[in-house]
Amino acid sequence: MRMVIRFIILILMTVGLFLLNLFTGSVDIPAGEVTDILLHGDTEGGPAAFIVLGSRVPQAVTALLAGASLTTAGLLLQTAFRNPLAGPSILGITSGAGLGVALVMLLLGGTVSFAGFTAGGYVAVLIGALAGSLAVMGLLLLFSVWLKSDLMLLIAGIMTGYLTSSVVTLLNYLSSAEGIQSFTMWGMGSFGSVSRDQLPVFSMATGIGLLLAVVLMKPLNLILLGENYARNLGVNMQRVRNLLLIATGVLTSVVTAFCGPIGFIGLAVPHIARMIFRTSDHRVIIPGCILTGGVTGLLCNLLCLLPSDIMLPLNAVTPLIGVPVILWVIFKRRG
Amino acid sequence: MRDMEKRETIKAIDLTTGYRRGRTERRVGEHFNASLYAGELTALLGRNGAGKSTLMRTLAGFQPPLEGRVEIGGKALGDFHGRELARTVSVVLTEKPVLENMDAEALVGLGRAPYTGFWGGMSDADREAVDKAIRLVGIENLRKREVQSLSDGERQKVMIAKALAQDTPVIFLDEPTAFLDYPSKVELMKLLGQLARSEGKTIFVSTHDLEIALRLSDRFWILDKEKGLTVRSDPDYSLIEV
Repeated sequence: MRMVIRFIILILMTVGLFLLNLFTGSVDIPAGEVTDILLHGDTEGGPAAFIVLGSRVPQAVTALLAGASLTTAGLLLQTAFRNPLAGPSILGITSGAGLGVALVMLLLGGTVSFAGFTAGGYVAVLIGALAGSLAVMGLLLLFSVWLKSDLMLLIAGIMTGYLTSSVVTLLNYLSSAEGIQSFTMWGMGSFGSVSRDQLPVFSMATGIGLLLAVVLMKPLNLILLGENYARNLGVNMQRVRNLLLIATGVLTSVVTAFCGPIGFIGLAVPHIARMIFRTSDHRVIIPGCILTGGVTGLLCNLLCLLPSDIMLPLNAVTPLIGVPVILWVIFKRRG
Repeated sequence: MRDMEKRETIKAIDLTTGYRRGRTERRVGEHFNASLYAGELTALLGRNGAGKSTLMRTLAGFQPPLEGRVEIGGKALGDFHGRELARTVSVVLTEKPVLENMDAEALVGLGRAPYTGFWGGMSDADREAVDKAIRLVGIENLRKREVQSLSDGERQKVMIAKALAQDTPVIFLDEPTAFLDYPSKVELMKLLGQLARSEGKTIFVSTHDLEIALRLSDRFWILDKEKGLTVRSDPDYSLIEV
């Protein structure tokens, strides 16, 4: 019963923050007009309708889904590696996706911004991101066979991240000035980079990743006991590991390709969800992470919109939420 | 002659244990022939490095034998698959998982995984099995305790309850008494003996606690690097030189 109340509160927060995101933006549009546009659609064809429907709605949906995706990916990694400090960015999966993005961009000779791309172009970028993140995930799984210490694995992941980042930096030198500038913009992170036309693809891809996570709820609970216990309880570890690889790869790479390498959400928000629900049961904590992640994404986007004239980079905001949570986790473990 | 009335559950037939990596084989123990019986507590004794863990891992199906085979109820272990094996053999391992935000009852409930459906939801029968396991081990008072807050002895009991909830005819325990104080070691071995006899389970325990094992188990497998495997059902202390 308490769980249900917590879910209801989170759903209400999601709806409330979603609406707040629609009513806030760098252009001042009266609340009445926004409501009118939302209820009746684009009747006048004016600039306000263009902004609300073409920019604010996709941005809010993106923030919701990206937050949910990164948080869920973080939870999957924390369970799979049995390490509370695992997350898509700290393990280098985000930078793997970034490397894929950079490679495709350079090969296609374009910029990282999706705006100038045809449908075929951004699908290629998505595939590049997916390949990059899966490669890093595969490498980590390989490492985990040899590295029995969780801490060593974490360090190996961080090193992998540095390595891919360094390759990306080197690639930057080969790129045009325009390419570098848009790559830097991409690197700051934004939920505003999914256009209305791209939104269906983005939603579908993250939806598939989230669905995979939901399907894995039972084996994930058993993996908490460790691989040997899980196998003894009938879990086909090879299959579950592959599915986990695909789920985290899809969730991380899709969000990274569109919104940039976003730090701290995947690492910290699963812990916020644990604080709220106080359970390790994935049947509760996965839906919990999806909602808490969505709320966090919407909140971060709102914080980015706070200054009236400019939009703050997302990666300037996420550490404000993430770092205190991570420090709390570390200090709690010491005690 | 006691053996004649006993029902064999697990049978090692010309079993050679060890590891294979590429073309190289590392043989740990060769040509074992021995059986485990229902309703008995069998202790696996031997020095460090004698191959106890490897033997136990092979019997539990965690690793394939290099030669020979293991049969459970007349069927080769290799022919058991996933869920079927999970309903036949349960284990209590030496590893100590970090389980935050999980109470003892939930941990015991995970033992029902081979019986629950796709989402892992518990039926009334599953809940009854969990209640029974908790009652048999006598940990009713620990039900709602966080697993992380339990002492080593309490934790072992919860893991044993998990294995009982798994409702398998065979239970393997790898050095369950290792980190316990003396009274807890005795208590745990007594409990395992009772469970074997009252529930008709085949319980196989590896341990370094010779005296306790010799006093409280029904049968002993003594593993030695040179002499191989010796099986006794009477506590003959002279057999063991430690």
